[in-house]
Order: sequence, then C-alpha cells, then structure tokens
Amino acid sequence: MTTVLAGDVIARLVEDFIPGSVKEWNASDVWVKPESILEVCTFLKTDTALGCDYLISVSAVDYIEYFEMVYHLVSMSNNHSVVLKAKCLGREDPTVPSITSLWQGADFQEREVYDLMGVKFSGHPNLKRIMLWEGFPGHPQRKDYLEPPR
Amino acid sequence: MEPIYVPFREANSFYRNLYDLFAEWSFWGVSPIPDWLAYFLAGFLIVFTVVNTVVIVTTIGTWVERRLIGRFQSRVGPNRWGPWGLATPIADAVKLLSKEDTRPEGVDGWVFNLAPLVFIVSPLLVFAVIPFGEGTYIANLNIGILFIIAVTTAPTIAMFMAGWASGNRYSLFGAMRGVAQLVSYEVPMVLSIVGVLLLSGSLSLVDIVEAQRIPFIVLQPLGFFIFLLAISAEMNRSPFDIVEADSELVAGFHTEYSGMKWGTFQLAEFIAPFGAAAIITTLFLKGWDGPLLPSHLWFFGKVCFVWFVLLWIRATLPRLRVDQIMALAWKFLFPLGILNLFITAAQVLVWEDPTTGQLWIMAGINWAVAIACLVGVSQLMSDKLSTRAPLAPVPVKGARGLREVR
Amino acid sequence: MPIRTEPVTINLGPQHPSTHGVFRMRITFDGEIILDVEPVFGYLHRGSEKLAEERTYTQVITLTDRLDYVSSMSNNLAYVLAVEKLAGINPPERAMYIRVIVAELQRIVSHLVATGFFLNDLGALATPLMYCFREREKILDLFEMLCGARITLSYMRVGGVFQDAPPDFWHSLRDFLNYMPGYIDEYETLITGNEIMLIRTKGTGILSGETAINSSISGPILRASGVNWDLRKTDPYDVYDRVDFDVPQGTVGDNYDRYLTRVAEMRQSLRIIEQCVDQIEEGPVRAEVPALVRPPIGDAYGHVEGPKGELGFYIVSDGSIAPYRFKIRSPSLINLSALRGMLLGSKLADMIVTFGSMDINMGEVDR
Repeated sequence: MTTVLAGDVIARLVEDFIPGSVKEWNASDVWVKPESILEVCTFLKTDTALGCDYLISVSAVDYIEYFEMVYHLVSMSNNHSVVLKAKCLGREDPTVPSITSLWQGADFQEREVYDLMGVKFSGHPNLKRIMLWEGFPGHPQRKDYLEPPR
Repeated sequence: MEPIYVPFREANSFYRNLYDLFAEWSFWGVSPIPDWLAYFLAGFLIVFTVVNTVVIVTTIGTWVERRLIGRFQSRVGPNRWGPWGLATPIADAVKLLSKEDTRPEGVDGWVFNLAPLVFIVSPLLVFAVIPFGEGTYIANLNIGILFIIAVTTAPTIAMFMAGWASGNRYSLFGAMRGVAQLVSYEVPMVLSIVGVLLLSGSLSLVDIVEAQRIPFIVLQPLGFFIFLLAISAEMNRSPFDIVEADSELVAGFHTEYSGMKWGTFQLAEFIAPFGAAAIITTLFLKGWDGPLLPSHLWFFGKVCFVWFVLLWIRATLPRLRVDQIMALAWKFLFPLGILNLFITAAQVLVWEDPTTGQLWIMAGINWAVAIACLVGVSQLMSDKLSTRAPLAPVPVKGARGLREVR
Repeated sequence: MPIRTEPVTINLGPQHPSTHGVFRMRITFDGEIILDVEPVFGYLHRGSEKLAEERTYTQVITLTDRLDYVSSMSNNLAYVLAVEKLAGINPPERAMYIRVIVAELQRIVSHLVATGFFLNDLGALATPLMYCFREREKILDLFEMLCGARITLSYMRVGGVFQDAPPDFWHSLRDFLNYMPGYIDEYETLITGNEIMLIRTKGTGILSGETAINSSISGPILRASGVNWDLRKTDPYDVYDRVDFDVPQGTVGDNYDRYLTRVAEMRQSLRIIEQCVDQIEEGPVRAEVPALVRPPIGDAYGHVEGPKGELGFYIVSDGSIAPYRFKIRSPSLINLSALRGMLLGSKLADMIVTFGSMDINMGEVDR
C-alpha cells in the first residue's frame, strides 16, 4: 500500500531544510508559503529519505478568500505519497512559482489551472490558455464566474 | 478500294469486316461515305465496345472488391441496393454525378480540371494492345510492351498536376511522395519485363503470348515476383499506398476533388488493377491460351485470379513508410532485377532455340535462384529486426529496483 | 551548393481520420522530418469539473462516464473510490469482486480498441480493427446484461454497484473466458510477426524511463518504457491484493513495446477475471448509503489504474450534497506532455504511428 506520509514528519523535514516555509500541517497534508513552493519541491524531489520523483497532479481549489494549490507527489522508490498545499491570498492576480523545471508533467496541468482558475505561474515557459481560446473573458472554474448573458 | 491507313493492314479480320460494312454505306443519296469516315466509325465502334466493357467490368469489380474485403474483415459488405447489393455501383455513380463539383479558391484552373482526365487515360490505353482472346485485339503493335511501359508513366504527371493545382499542403505532400514512388518503381518493372522479352524475342504482346510454350511464370519466377511488387507500387495499392494514405494525409493528391472528378480518380484507381492483371496474364500466364474452354473465358478467368491476388494483398498488409518503399525499390528489387536479367541472358545465349526439355532445365535453374535470393534477402533483413517472442509475464520486483513492493 | 528549403507548417486539423477524436497539432516540417509540434486541444471541453459542483454525488457518476468514453466503468470506479474514501464507506465483498471483474473487462475493451486503431493507423485497411471489434461486441453484450447500457454505463454507485449480475451473466462470462485466449493468440499470429508492422513500429517513438517519470506518464506507456509501476500492485484497491497476476513490462519503450504491453495486459486481465469468478461469493452488492450522500468536510484523492494510465479524482467536500471541488487527474492529458519530445526528429508517418500507440482519448483530455 502506498503509505501517506504523516504531515508532521514532512513538516519537520521541510522546516529543517528551508526554515520559515511551512505554515501548518495536519495528519496528511502540509501547507507551505506560496513563494517557497519551488524550493520545497526541489527539496522533496532530491532528498533521499523523501525522494518524491513522480508528480501525480497539480490542482487548485477556490475557497473564496484564497486559492489553494494542491500538489500530490509520490515516491516510486519508497512507495509513499506526499500532499503539499499552498494558500494564495487575494483574488486579483494570484501568482505562484512554476515547478515545470522540476517535472515536465506539470506543464499542461499548470496551463490548465491558469486557464480555468486564473492562477498565474511565474517561470512557466509557455503560459497560454489550453482548453479555452485566447481572449475568453474570465476564468470559468472560479466560484464567482457568471456566464455572460445570451 | 485500298485503305490508305497503314496500321490497318495489321488489324484483325473483325476490324476489316467492320470497315468493309461501313464502307458500303450511303447516306441520303450521298455516294458511299469516304473511307476515312468508315475507318473512323469502325474503329470507334470497336474501341467503344472495349472501353465500355472494361468500365462495366470495373464497376462490377468495385462491388466484388467491397464484398470480398468485407469477408476478409469478417463482415458482410454492401448488400442494401439491389439483390445482394449489386446495384451499389449504380448508386455510387448517381451519388457522384449529383454532387457539387467544389473548386477551392487558389486552384490552378486548367490544371485542376485536366488532372483527372490525364489520370484515367493511362489505364484505359493499356487495353489497346492486350489480346483478349485468340486473334482478338485492337491493335497488334510491334512495340506493344514499350507502349505499355510508356503509357503507365502518365499517372505520374497527372498525380503531380492534381497535387500542385489543389493549393493544399496535404495534396502537395501526397503528390511528392507519389512522384518519388512511381519513378523509383519504373526501373524494376522494366527490368523484369526485359527478362520476358529475352525469352520471347519480340515486343509485341500477341507474339509474347504465342511464344509461351511453358507459361513464363514457371520460367521467370523472380521476374514475376518483381513485376508483381513493382506494378502494385505503380498503381498505389497497399502495401504501397502512401500516396493516398487514409490515416495520414486524409486523401493525398485527390483531397480537394469532389463529385465526378473524384469519381474519375477512383475509377482510374479501379481500372488499374484490371489493367495490371491483364498485363501479368499476357506476360506471365500465357494470356488467352488454355484447353477446352473458349479463349476469352480463359483470359477473363486468369485476369480475375490475378486481380484477386492483388486484392488479397491489399486487404491484409499494413502500409510501408516512404523511405522503406524507396529502400525496397532500389536496394532490393533493382539488384534482383539485374540478377534476373543476367541469368536469363546467359540462358538465352547458351540455348538459342530451346527445346521443351531445355526449357524445363532453365525453369529449374531460375526457381532455384529465385528461392535462394528471396530467402537469403529476407534472412538478411530479418536479422536486423529479429522477431521477438511475445512478452512473457515478468514477476513484479521492487519499483525502480530499490525496495520490495508488496 | 546548399539548397535553401523552407520549413512548412501544417495543421493536422481537428477533423482528421487518425487523430482519435478532435485533436489538433500544428507541426512544422522540413521535408518529412518534424521540427516542432504544438498540440492544441479543448475542442471537447464540456466543463465537467464545474458541472459536478451542481450535481449530487450520485449524479456526478454519469458525468464521469463521459470522460474516457471507451472505458467508462474505470472512470466510475475511480470516482466512487474517492467518494468512499472521503465518506469512510466500505462496500461489501461481492460488490468489490464484481467491480474488479467489470474493470478488467473494461480494460480488455479499451486495449482492443487501442490495438485495432493502432493497426488502422499503420494502414492495414481496417482488417485487424474489425477482428478486434468482433470481440469487443461480445464484451459489450456482457455489459448489456449487467445494466442495460453498452458504452456509458454508470454501473458503480457509492458503496457498491448498482445491481447484482443476472445468472446468465456468469455463464456467458465463463464462455468468454474459454474462447478469448484463442482470439488473442489469433491476433498475435496475424499481427505480431508481420514484417511490415515490425519495421514500422520497432525503434520509432522511443520514450526513456527517466523522461517518462519526469513527464508524469502512467499506464501501459510507462510500463513499456521499463518502469515497474502499476497501481494495482503498489496501492491495491478493491480485491486486487487477493488475486495473482503479473505486470508486463517493456524494455526499449518504442511503439512495438507499447503494443506488446497492451496485448500482454489483456491476457493478464483474463487471468484476474478467472480468479475473481472462482473467489466470488453470494452477498449484498450495495452498502447502506443514503440516497443523498453527505461526506464530512475534507478532501480525498482516489485513483485507479485505468487502461490509459492513472485516473484520479481529487474531491473536496463542504458537507453538502454536491462536491465543492471536483478535480480530474486525467492520464491522457498528462501523457500528451511527452508527445513533443517523442516526435521531434521523426517523420510524418512515424508521427501518426507514435500518436496512435499512445492511445489518447479526447474525452479525457478535454473533459
């Protein structure tokens, strides 16, 4: 079974390596500061004890006051999984560093989050809309998206 | 009155009788019609009959082909229109005639319209020199084979006309590939024909049929094999149909055609296998000769058999890639063709006028060489790509080899 | 004197006989060599993720059917597993066995379609495709016995399956298990040894294991590149830990390996189904779950090893009858990110074959 690593274990390891990045944790998830996502992910990928070499998915959830980025990672060699979350406060232009340089698979997923949720990724090689066409007004998956009147 | 047209002397008796019949006519008091008109009418009637027969046999052939391919694919094939779906070709023709003849912007007008006509001329012209039965032919050209080789290169120009004039990148791709393929396969085709010519001593098709005491497929197995592949490639049939690769270029050079222009392309594509089968029958299978049954029936039966083999190959094999097709032509068929030529030339030199026994010795040598070459070359090619056994189930070890995964 | 040539940009448009759905690629060619590939999709975007926020948890099952419409019950299973994880519901044993049987049958269907269309792209004039579809028809008849539908089934429910299988189902399933290995052997004889197929698929479209892991590839493509990662073994769900099967792997990661992996997986699926049919016992097929499920506040990620890769659902619940956030981790979308790397430097004909061997389903990519 893929063990879900306990939140406090990961939080301690991450805090030791990059002080000041972890904000809170619970039994299964770790919340970090949005600006330090790239460093935390680099640490998670390269550390031998954690060794998360496979990115499962990148998602975003719209909790009205903030956007929450959710990263699911798994380590193939140790068969354990890590859930990383980051809260981006504010609704105008939330920006998060992109992890495309670490995992090529994040490319399309980050473009989709930008397209449908409006979260920008700094350092992404090709941040264009992916599902909808350029010039589409708004970001449909936001909770305050209203369909334009017919 | 002595006919003034020289080739008429070579024409067969049926033509002559028809000419005589026409020459005696008189219209509304006008004295017997001028002989050029009688010649023209006689010739036109014969050609009209032959072309119509070919086209009607082809349209019935489309029905047979679709039913047979359906059977190959374990399904039924068209069976809606008419008894057993026999009226399907008529339905197809009506549909194509009633379709709008679209013409995209940016096409080169004259070239676009002429391409289908040039494309269909060549397969029909092939039937001008083929003997359908004993003494039945339109013209016994003493350069019959050369005429056929010349005429079968016409589709190259038609293909390029269609591809270029369409103003569509897909069509241009298809046309480029087509030209490369057709030009490459001319050489093995001609080489294999020369082997037959050496044995028969004449370029005229009627003479070739009569020179076959033993069918040339027995005497020239390598030549037959090379010719079969080369003519399949010339006709753009599977496995060489990259030109109109359905799954890659939509439809290649005839993407932008619709209605009867496209119908003309398809008709030419369907007449071509019959033409190829007729050529193969004449060159390798002893044409119209056979015991008991009338010669026309033998000819038709042999043509149908060769046509079925071509269809069989089409229904079964996937298609090769462009560079593999070129490699096949130049690195495989061309050396084999030259080898065949040398061996046949040596045999003809040694046995000038061979008796039947010597012919059988010749056949034996040629078959041994053919089998050795084909087996040897296929071993060479398959050593590079050895067929692997299907994947044996692998017991699951630790992921990435580090820890045991339970 | 060097000849000056111009690269040509072609649009392999949304309508194309071999793009497996509405998929568009803008390819820049130099002759026949590919210089750049830019995939464009979104033509089938129906907004499933947003639509799910307006529907109850049971209604969302019908939305999940339409994602990978070729293997719809795998989608159902992944979603139902995620909701059960969130709500803490355990389905009964018989339901789990039926789920596994149905999921493996669905895997066979999907691989038959993939193999058939792969050979169609190679140019074999639909003959192997028709043979694959002949077997698919028999499996779809089995599905019709279960729940009345053939393709978009919605057979799973939160807490089990919709209804029990009729007695005829088990007879037909046993017959199917008897004759199907013979048919797979028939395909292997026809196709696997075919020279033309070999020279066209061997050595083309190579994907290395490291690139695959970095690009988050999953499914048969990952295993054909030599990486031993199958969710049915590493994170077993339902009864996969009680059945015995092997996970086929490739060595080189070319198109031929991907084809062989899929055929071998079909055989392993038959093995799993046989064991499940032997082990299954009578019992209820649905847990006691209210019609309007209200999972507690929280989030969960549930995934299955679908035929195309790892299909996962990340569901956030706020305690109401509809999900707050419904995120689909679609394997086909993520597998597409490796396409560009595989295609640069190859030829046009190889591009079609490579794309066909990746088995992309646009319903999943666009959602």
